[in-house]
Amino acid sequence: MPLHIVVLAKQVTDSEAPASAYSVDATGKRVVLQGSVPFIVNGFDENAVEAALRIKDAAPDRRITVVSAGTEFALDVVKKPVAMGAEALVLLQDGAFQNTIDPLFTVRALAAAIHKLGQVDLVLAGRQASDWDNSQVPLGVAETLGWPVIHVTQRVDVSGATVRAHRVLPDGHEVVEAPLPAVVTVSNELGSPRYPNMRGIMASKRVQPTVWTAADLGVSRPAPALELAAAALPKRTVETELIKGDDDADAGRKLAMRLREARLL
Amino acid sequence: MTDSNAQGVLVVGEIEHGAPSAATLELLAAGRALLRKLPGEHLSAVLAGERAADAAARAIAAGVDIVYTIEADADVASHPDALVAAGLEAAKAASPRIVLGPRTVLGREVLPRLAFRLGTALAQDCTALDLDDQRRLTVTRPIYGGAIQATVTCLSTPSVAAVRPKAYDAEVADSGRAGTVVPLTLDLASTVRARLVERVTRPVEGKRLEDARVIVSGGRGLGGPEPFKKLEELAGLLHGTVGASRAAVDAGWVPAAMQVGLTGKTVTPDVYIAVGISGASQHMAGCGSAKTIVAINKDPNATIFKHAHYGVAGDWQKVLPAFMDQLHELLR
Ligand SMILES: Cc1cc2nc3c(=O)[nH]c(=O)nc-3n(C[C@H](O)[C@H](O)[C@H](O)COP(=O)(O)OP(=O)(O)OC[C@H]3O[C@@H](n4cnc5c(N)ncnc54)[C@H](O)[C@@H]3O)c2cc1C
Ligand SMILES: Nc1ncnc2c1ncn2[C@@H]1O[C@H](COP(=O)(O)O)[C@@H](O)[C@H]1O
Repeated sequence: MPLHIVVLAKQVTDSEAPASAYSVDATGKRVVLQGSVPFIVNGFDENAVEAALRIKDAAPDRRITVVSAGTEFALDVVKKPVAMGAEALVLLQDGAFQNTIDPLFTVRALAAAIHKLGQVDLVLAGRQASDWDNSQVPLGVAETLGWPVIHVTQRVDVSGATVRAHRVLPDGHEVVEAPLPAVVTVSNELGSPRYPNMRGIMASKRVQPTVWTAADLGVSRPAPALELAAAALPKRTVETELIKGDDDADAGRKLAMRLREARLL
Repeated sequence: MTDSNAQGVLVVGEIEHGAPSAATLELLAAGRALLRKLPGEHLSAVLAGERAADAAARAIAAGVDIVYTIEADADVASHPDALVAAGLEAAKAASPRIVLGPRTVLGREVLPRLAFRLGTALAQDCTALDLDDQRRLTVTRPIYGGAIQATVTCLSTPSVAAVRPKAYDAEVADSGRAGTVVPLTLDLASTVRARLVERVTRPVEGKRLEDARVIVSGGRGLGGPEPFKKLEELAGLLHGTVGASRAAVDAGWVPAAMQVGLTGKTVTPDVYIAVGISGASQHMAGCGSAKTIVAINKDPNATIFKHAHYGVAGDWQKVLPAFMDQLHELLR
């Protein structure tokens, strides 16, 4: 059987939204995004798709299935990985899969989906999702399935029944090997994800996602582990002293004098 | 997993040169602070690796009541698989109410996995810990890249939290303190499944970002790799070092090791000079604790000016050379 790769991809609100777009509702427990903040595929998940495509570039008979869990999806958004070159899309769609800070149910659903898919050799995921910045769902999936895991990598290769990945360190990397099946998370150091080309975009239009509910997966909500008690905009107490000058160069000189005067430099 | 007999705080530590690492010592202080609201309960720690017994003595001096030690080669103990197994074994022995660990390179993998093994999920990247009136762990942590500050209640026993390094100060050691060392027998090497083949590190030139008193950082606004030489020159003048935003790293202008921010380095210099950086919350997550922030950005409405103590709204190509000339003069 050719290698089957599953990429876990989450739909999130655009992480480039300015801080001013964020607010908290009257309950003090719900984060609200103002204006028309678009949905995107979580940035690191696009890196994971790219990692999968590079593995497939090396041996084209390899298959890539993208799996995403949530309550509602913007189809054109979640189809992007397919437009980039993945074959199939599975949406775990259920009102129960609310996007909360507690990752336990998501982990359970994703693990069940991987199980249901049958033969899966490698699960690739982003290192963290840009909403809760939890950085733990793929590790939970690995623990649930009992698979080895390599976390935060910048290169992923498969040969035979082994995955070899470069784990990012503050001052370099570690080459780590694990037997398949395994879970590997990917970071932006891997390099930019490819853009979908015309052929990919056309092909993605024909791909119909497989939709599974919680009942299809046979999963139920576990006892909660974490609860958002309060959310608030961070307090800023900084008074900015804007240094002005006759022109930019003059402002630069005055900045130096001001910082020196304040004994900062 | 709910265990009404659970008590105390367990710290999953790391050993460096036969002593608890700096981040571990900070967590021991965090653990002690929590225990003030849990009278009669203990602080325990697990230390796995080389010279674990030496490290245990230092941990006791830092306030630990019971240290679980596992002797292993440093190389074996650097595997997340091994530390997860060690943490699990210690949690079995201690049945803690709360498990804490540092959100280091190792901890960012070990703690979530340990939490799932213990049947729960992790409170990630905490900057403050407390207990509510029901003695549940409540944590403060950034979400949405730092755009929102969240208070999260941990509902499970044990509760597991990963704490951001430098969020707590280590306490002064007291070598007169008494504590118990409990060696655990566990063959850590046999727990390793994701095996380290090779470590490829580039020695950092000059000062480490984490240690620098002055940091000059560049972003997408610099427009290319070349201007970073200018920042090097400025950093040299100020005995500091150079950092970067992720945009500059992703563009390939500078190595990833220079990235400051949520998924880069957390830095706490006296002075942080941001040049051509917009001030995205994910960037500020890494440098927001700098004592003084200085921004040079041509957009007067850039978010960075909401964080900066001093700023010039201008083109760095004009501001920076004049700034440096003037500094040369002042520092002569
Ligand atoms: C999960 C996640 C994690 C992330 N982690 C990090 C992280 O660790 N670190 C990080 O930095 N980012 C991180 N990011 C990315 C972050 O959201 C921003 O995209 C990034 O910080 C932007 O970098 P920048 O400020 O250099 O670029 P931009 O936002 O493009 O800003 C460039 C700035 O330069 C100014 N400029 C342009 N020309 C000039 C000139 N001639 N003179 C003066 N100013 C000029 C512009 O006005 C602008 O404000 C993360 C994102 C996500 C989703
Ligand atoms: N709802 C979801 N659907 C699919 N993948 C997810 C989901 N949540 C998290 N993931 C994956 O897990 C990674 C880490 O997410 P997190 O632990 O939430 O920060 C993401 O980058 C995705 O690859």
